[in-house]
Amino acid sequence: MNIALNWVGLRTIVIKEIVRVLRIWVQTIVPPAITMTLYFIIFGNLIGSRIGPMDGYDYMQYIAPGLIMMSVITNSYGNVVSSFFGAKFARHVEEMLVSPMSNATIILGHVAGGVIRGLLVGALVTVIALFFTELRIEHPLVTFSMVLLSSTVFALAGFINAMFARKFDDISIIPTFVLTPLTYLGGVFYSISLLPEFWQKVSLANPILYMVNAFRYGILGTSDITITHAYVIVLLFVAILFSTCMLLMNRGVGIRG
Amino acid sequence: MHALSIRDLRKTYPNGVEALKGIDFTVDAGDFYALLGPNGAGKTTAIGIICSLTQKSSGSVEIFGHSIDRELEAAKSCLGLVPQEVNLNLFDTVLNIVVNQAGYYGIPRRLAHERAEKYLTALRLWDKRSEPARNLSGGMKRRLMIARALIHEPKLLILDEPTAGVDIEIRRSMWEFMREINRAGTTIILTTHYLEEAESLCRHVAIIDEGTIIENASMSSVLRKLQREVFVLSLRDAVSEAPQLDGFEVTRIDECELEVAIDAGKDLNRLFAALSAQGISVISLRNKANRLEEMFMGLVEGKQATRPGAAA
Repeated sequence: MNIALNWVGLRTIVIKEIVRVLRIWVQTIVPPAITMTLYFIIFGNLIGSRIGPMDGYDYMQYIAPGLIMMSVITNSYGNVVSSFFGAKFARHVEEMLVSPMSNATIILGHVAGGVIRGLLVGALVTVIALFFTELRIEHPLVTFSMVLLSSTVFALAGFINAMFARKFDDISIIPTFVLTPLTYLGGVFYSISLLPEFWQKVSLANPILYMVNAFRYGILGTSDITITHAYVIVLLFVAILFSTCMLLMNRGVGIRG
Repeated sequence: MHALSIRDLRKTYPNGVEALKGIDFTVDAGDFYALLGPNGAGKTTAIGIICSLTQKSSGSVEIFGHSIDRELEAAKSCLGLVPQEVNLNLFDTVLNIVVNQAGYYGIPRRLAHERAEKYLTALRLWDKRSEPARNLSGGMKRRLMIARALIHEPKLLILDEPTAGVDIEIRRSMWEFMREINRAGTTIILTTHYLEEAESLCRHVAIIDEGTIIENASMSSVLRKLQREVFVLSLRDAVSEAPQLDGFEVTRIDECELEVAIDAGKDLNRLFAALSAQGISVISLRNKANRLEEMFMGLVEGKQATRPGAAA
């Protein structure tokens, strides 16, 4: 593999993705900022003030890391799925497919684009959160590594969704019927210790629970799960999803006749 | 050296359609090669396989000696493609589209900008560099696809109907541009439905029909095989009916135009002498259709006529 060629190719895709995110900022940056502001006002301020403390933190403080992680996850996923499917739909994905770039470069470029948008929106939501509550980062390394790994997981998942998608409906099915329920049930708004034992065990099968809790641990220092488990699960997902992306690209699923 | 070498290339789609039934052909480096055939003949499938956009069922493809099975990266580096259908990111600017394409081939951004200026200027698009591609006319989009395909200066350029839907003035300027890049050393494979275009530009021609190559030779030898040509004669004075000329098949188109079918090798002077003898004066003469078109129709229709059950 020509490393210099693929490095330039990777940078090109990343720059293209950043330009795309910034060009359509009204679609990519503003909506999550508005949604999260509403979450903070309604769940944090209005309802949260009646809920009382959760795991020793006031409710607004407790949900802030979860909301930040939720915005990172949905935007990382959404960026890759819409960008890559859009390229497939308009057929300009062929620009990359005829080029000598490796399949790994094409995947990594789009995943990096998704991660960058996720982090950008996450940073914006963090700033919004600071208007409503005080946040101190207890474990910066855990915080940053977990947000980076989680956004990578969902960017890879978005890539797989885009490869299988044949029409625009197909790129909204997974976010609507899988991603959103898993995120809401992934401990964003509550501690699983509030659930009956059976549902606590069921919740442990939800990978988003580990991401949200590890991220919350990074910021607040509290978590429902063991942090090591979170890293193992997230790294496992990265490996499995990246391998799946490579397999699909090598087979040309949905992109080569 | 062969720019392209294809051996026993086959493609059967999952729905059972056999698009290529084992085609073989080679294109010499520096050639201007026409790949012709009716719609659905298998041209675009063949091009898709050469460019790795379509997976072959079997056979081999080598681009400048690099096998697409074993040295895909090297093979792709030699290749530029102008596809049949517009496949531009319509929301991106003209300049970004070509500069990004250069990046996919490992060309650093500064050099990419220099080349973008060179090719966009040559294709009369430099003034539009900041426009999103969706604002361009159909002809401009086609020229942008050519600039995009040339940005990494490929040794082999495949043009899949590059002038479809382009007005005659732009088409002729594109022909001149293609001739220039071919003279500069780029091997070109052209598919087109404008056979005049292929006859005017190409030195070799392969005709593909129903997944098989039915003709593959130099343009001049293909045209020499033409058994019969049809001419349209414009007359000085009106005629009420087609004149009877011994040895020529004459049809009256209208009062001032005749159509004459002449077998290959027949002396045209005899035709004019016979017309003069009947007091008919010819003021101009032209081929009814372009010669390659006649050859093409003869081959494709001839193949259809020999197909079982075609007589009915």
